[in-house]
Parts: sequence; structure tokens; C-alpha cells
Amino acid sequence: MPSTAQILDWLTIAKPYIIMGLVVAVWPLVSGYIVLMERKVMADMQVRLGPMRVGPHGLLQPIADALKLLIKEDIIPARVDKWVFWFAPVIPVLTALTAFAVLPFSQRYFVAELNVGVIFILAMTSIGVLGIMLGGWASNSSYPLLGALRSTAQLVSYEVAMGFAVVAAVMVAGSLDMVNIVKHQQASGVWFIFYQPIGFFIYLVAAMAETNRAPFDMPEAESELVAGFMTEYSGFRWALYFLAEYSNIFVVCSIATTLFFGGWLRPFPNVAWLNFLDWAPAVMLVGVGAGCLYLAGKQLSAANKIGMGVLGAAIIAVGLAFGVPMVIDYVSGPFWFLFKVAVMIYMFMWARFTFPRYRYDQLMQLGWKWMIPLGMANLLVTGVLILVKMQYWSAK
Amino acid sequence: MAHEYIPIFIFLAVAGAFPIVTLIAAKLVRPESPFKEKLLPYECGIDPVSDARGRYTVRFYIVAILFVLFDVETVFLFPWAVRFRQLGMFGLAEMVVFLALLIVGYIWVWKKGALEWI
Repeated sequence: MPSTAQILDWLTIAKPYIIMGLVVAVWPLVSGYIVLMERKVMADMQVRLGPMRVGPHGLLQPIADALKLLIKEDIIPARVDKWVFWFAPVIPVLTALTAFAVLPFSQRYFVAELNVGVIFILAMTSIGVLGIMLGGWASNSSYPLLGALRSTAQLVSYEVAMGFAVVAAVMVAGSLDMVNIVKHQQASGVWFIFYQPIGFFIYLVAAMAETNRAPFDMPEAESELVAGFMTEYSGFRWALYFLAEYSNIFVVCSIATTLFFGGWLRPFPNVAWLNFLDWAPAVMLVGVGAGCLYLAGKQLSAANKIGMGVLGAAIIAVGLAFGVPMVIDYVSGPFWFLFKVAVMIYMFMWARFTFPRYRYDQLMQLGWKWMIPLGMANLLVTGVLILVKMQYWSAK
Repeated sequence: MAHEYIPIFIFLAVAGAFPIVTLIAAKLVRPESPFKEKLLPYECGIDPVSDARGRYTVRFYIVAILFVLFDVETVFLFPWAVRFRQLGMFGLAEMVVFLALLIVGYIWVWKKGALEWI
């Protein structure tokens, strides 16, 4: 019979692998729900309802979509490079998922704490470009080739601007370790966005371009290139590209949260009289659950009523569990991290449905002639300001 | 130090297994009925005339070369950024020199028109 201490020991050793299993098992489903969220946000901004048929308020739509993609025919055109065509969609999924390994969901929950975490993520997202390039090249068709070329040029251009923005944030933090960066923000009591507003702006624009999101979605501009590098893909291979795209969005939003928004910290982590904010997760979840119960009453069919009711009850139960003082310590970190990432993802969607698409030459000009000089200037100004602060602030 | 990377390599294996397993699972359940027209490359309905991999504009090469230069510069900046507080004034001066060289090259590239996209 193992003692409690032994079990705790095993849990500490197994923790990275448990989180790893959770990420790989749950993330595809979550990305499906991010797609649903995007469709709902789009519908809301265009004064429509969005998906409503599958399950109450379309809540089972992602599962239906995944099943449909799984049983869909996988057309491989006659002239493609078979092996490259088969393998290309695996690369972006592989790299995007591996980038999750260094994301600090909280002080306790991460797969690995690397002292070069930021560089590791940047490297992984850069390798993901290969999948897009190989896919477009192997298709041996005009639209995918053009899409892949555009995509690669765009990604590498904004990679530089993103690098400058991240370097400036690293200068403030003095560390490349994702966990330490958040701890520095806790120590200084200020989110780094207040030290690096311009850096954050550059990062945001570059991140939107890096993930091929509108208004920078030239690589898959429907009106010009059909679907860009994915044109010849169908069935589950196409779904893998889609999964990789949403994983990348999650990863860049997580980096933004970690570098600029204090990661897993609640707002004002050091202000004692705001400690009641620890209860915010419980209150928010109970509120959402109550909303579900209210909507359950308005459902027409009995099945939808029961489904929505059970969902609402489950969310309220989780919310109440989050209110237990012993549990708060363990769940508030991941809650705030995921909440901030969700807000960032919402901003990405907001931008997509607000701004018209750029023209390709404008996109490259913006990247090379505005973002890169701005990034370099930001770097120098940050350096001077840090030195000035060190000289005169700490001397007093 | 290296033991921190063990979970990452395992993660890499698991993340690689995920798409491969799902692709095999999809292969077992999906239908397959190819015919000649279905397997043509997508070309808005007309038959493709030639191989798609023709020449394309030289701009893409220029962007690739510029990217290699600038990205290497940012890689050099990372260690400097981490140690910035310890290096102090000396670090800033060094980096101003380094960035000045970069900026001269950048201005030259701009004047040469390599950043124009026509």
C-alpha cells in the first residue's frame, strides 16, 4: 500500500505527461468549439443566428463537423507528389501541438519549463511554415502554389517584426523562460503591456499575419485563390490544416497573454483589498450556467431542453466547486490564463469581421516599411528607458 | 539541463502520433471512388494546360534572402535582451552600433527598391 507521500511523488513525476495527454486528447475538441465560437461571433456581428440546428444553439455542431470530415472522401489528385502531399498536413499539426509544451497554464501546470521557452515557441511556429510550403508545392496546381508562395513570404516577413516585438518584451522581463516572465510581472506588479504598448501593437499585427488571419488572409483569399494552399486538400487532411491553424492562433494568443497580460495572474495580483477577485471564476461560471438554464426554458424540443439544462447544471456545479477556498488556489491560474487567451482570440475574430482584406503589396509594405522600423525604434527606446530608470529610480 | 527536454520529445512523439492515427482511422471509414475528372487539379472547371510549377516572380526570392538576414539579427538580439540589465550602458552602446549597421543596410535595401512589391 503506497503512502500518501509516495502518491504525491508519482503525481509530480507524472504531471507533465498527464497535461500532455489532456492537451492532445482535449485540444482537437476545443479547437472545434473555437470554430463554433467564431461562427457565432460572425453571425452576431452580421445580425444572424449562426448554426442553430445541431443540438441546442448549435452546441453539437463541432462534433457533427468532425464526424463528417472523418467519413469524407480523401481526394488525391493524379498529378501530385504523393508522399509529400500525404505528409505535408502532419507537419503544422505536429509543430503547433508541440508548442503547447512550454505554455505555462499556471505556476503548476506546464509540460516543460525551458530556459529558452520563447525561442522554442518561435522556432516551432516557424517550422510550421514548411507544412504550408510543401502542401502547396506538392499539389502541383496553380492556386495552391501561389497560395503557398504568398503564405511563406508573408509569414517570414512578419516573423521579423514579431521577433523585434518579442525581444523588446524579453528586455523588460530579463528572461526567456515563460514561467519566469510571468513571475517577473507578479514581482513588478504591472502587466508588461503598460511598459510595452507599442511592442504589443506590433506583436498583435504580426501575430494576425503569422496565423493567416483576416485582414491578412491573402494566402487563402477566397476571392482570389479559391482556398490557397489547401485547395487540393479534402477530407481529414484538410481538417488537419484547419486544426493547425486554430492551434497556432491559440499559441500566439498564449504568448501574448504570457508576455504582455500577466499569464495566469489575476488582475492586480498584489493588491490585497482586491482579493475578492479570487471569487470571479466561480461567479462567472455560475452566471454562465444560470444563463444556460434560462435558455433551456426557451428551447422548443424536449431533448434540447434537457441537454441545455444538464449543461447549465454542470457549469454551475463546476462554478460552485471553484468557490471552495481550497480549490481556488489550484484552478484560478488556469482559469485566468484561458480567460485571457479567450479574450485575445475574440479580438482576433473581431478584427477579422471588422477590417477588409489588405492587398498583397500593401501587406508586404506594411510589414517591411512600417512594422520593422517601428520594432527597431521600440527596441532602442525601451533600452534607453530601462537604463534611465535603473540610473535614477533605484539611486533614490 | 537536458532532462527538461525529455517531456518535450515525448510530446513531439505523441503530437506526431495524433494526426497519423486519425488519418489511419479516417482511411478505415471513408469511401473511395476516384475517376479521371475528379483527380484533375482544380482549375475553375477547365482542363489544366501545363504543369503548374512554372516560373514565378523573383520578389519571393528577395523576401526570402532579406528574411534570413533580418531573422539572424533578431536571434543575435535575444541573448543581449536577456542580459540587458547586467550589461547596462555598455550593452546599449554595443547594440546601437549593431543596429546602426543593420539600419544602414536596411536603408540601402529600401533605396534599391527591394522592398517595393510591383
